[in-house]
Amino acid sequence: MYGNTSLTAEEAKIVNSTVEDPEKLAEFEARITRGEKIEPGDWMPDQYRKQLIRMIEQHAHSEIVGALPEGTWITRAPNFRRKLALIAKVQDEVGHGQLLYSAAETLGKTREQMLMDLLSGKSKYSNVFNYPANTWADIAVIGFLVDGAAIVNQVINSKGSYGPYCRALERICYEESFHLKQGHDNFVYLATGTKVQRDMLQEALNRWYRPLLHFFGPSDRDSQHSEKLMKWKVKLASNDDMRNQFLDQYVPKILELGLTLPDPELRRGDDGIWVFGDPDWDEFKRVISGDGPCNAERLEVRRYSELAHRWVREALMNPKEKYVTPLA
Amino acid sequence: MSLDPRINRLDLKRVNDGEITASHLVTWEVFHQEKRGKQPVHAGIVHAATPEQALMFAKEQYARRGKTANLWVVKTSDVYTFNSEDEEIFETTPEKTFRDPAFYKVRERIEAFQAKNKL
Repeated sequence: MYGNTSLTAEEAKIVNSTVEDPEKLAEFEARITRGEKIEPGDWMPDQYRKQLIRMIEQHAHSEIVGALPEGTWITRAPNFRRKLALIAKVQDEVGHGQLLYSAAETLGKTREQMLMDLLSGKSKYSNVFNYPANTWADIAVIGFLVDGAAIVNQVINSKGSYGPYCRALERICYEESFHLKQGHDNFVYLATGTKVQRDMLQEALNRWYRPLLHFFGPSDRDSQHSEKLMKWKVKLASNDDMRNQFLDQYVPKILELGLTLPDPELRRGDDGIWVFGDPDWDEFKRVISGDGPCNAERLEVRRYSELAHRWVREALMNPKEKYVTPLA
Repeated sequence: MSLDPRINRLDLKRVNDGEITASHLVTWEVFHQEKRGKQPVHAGIVHAATPEQALMFAKEQYARRGKTANLWVVKTSDVYTFNSEDEEIFETTPEKTFRDPAFYKVRERIEAFQAKNKL
């Protein structure tokens, strides 16, 4: 699962103004234009490396933090089959985190440093995981729609220019398709079940509607751009384009079950562009800067895992071994 | 209070005064063999302290789906590669057509010989 990686105004300014060796840069850009992948040992602009680390790292954090809201329901899944599927899915998410940390490591930042930056709040994760999973129906909505949104994002990013990230994403997308199918199955069962089940699902849907619109980040009108990141195939689609693609794919699948979305303005325009009411971007900003319903708990749990189990790692450490950056 | 009973059972504050410093286990390159008789193919990496542990993590990470016959792990620092900037050392390889079976065409010569000698 994954969210948005918009640049702050400051970051966009740095990316747009950094000057590189023109000859090497031209060669690098020609390579990307030809559709070649960039590999870890290759020359790359400083900002390419930095932005990729930032983006892949955020993605990795989102995977491991994303396992927490769903993990909440493992002990209370309604039956054994659902429980097995949920355990497998949560394991996948943590595995995806590891694959992504590995991809970011090839760029020169160690996994431990990334985990420390998550705990200190220096690096972010997807905002959507700062919301709680109140009922089992929230698990259906997360499995179907949050994963659906993440897949839109990840399929687009897997066409990027950095080899190790693309390879990790291909494996991830393959596994995510199981997440989506089991989420849809769960969603449909509740939607076609008893009145209590339907009501529970509708309420969960109402709760998740705004966070889902926030998922792809602020509107293109209000977010920072970098032509360079597009040219370098680090960012491949705009926030609004991805959000529109998500609404196009998933709104019909919600409506066909006789469910509703809590937005009277939501409709598909004749030009194929979805129109929706203001999803309260101030709330988005508030939650992303730390003031969401679950931000504190998520980081506290992560910190606990890191500290309570650290002795195991220390006992295993061989002081003679020297860490080197992974190869691919 | 968390919604997660497992989190409520943990004493989260217990570790809050701990110091966090970075320490790195080494990485291992993982090779995945899908079927007996096929080549092991590079799949990714794991972090581990020992080869046994690396294999255990590799099984969880790279053999969770589909078929697997075997896994190999090799410590990253034990892998030697060329520098990627030296890619041109391989450039002449496709030009050496004398190593290519399609380079050898004798039919024309045989036909000319047959015509000349009325065979």
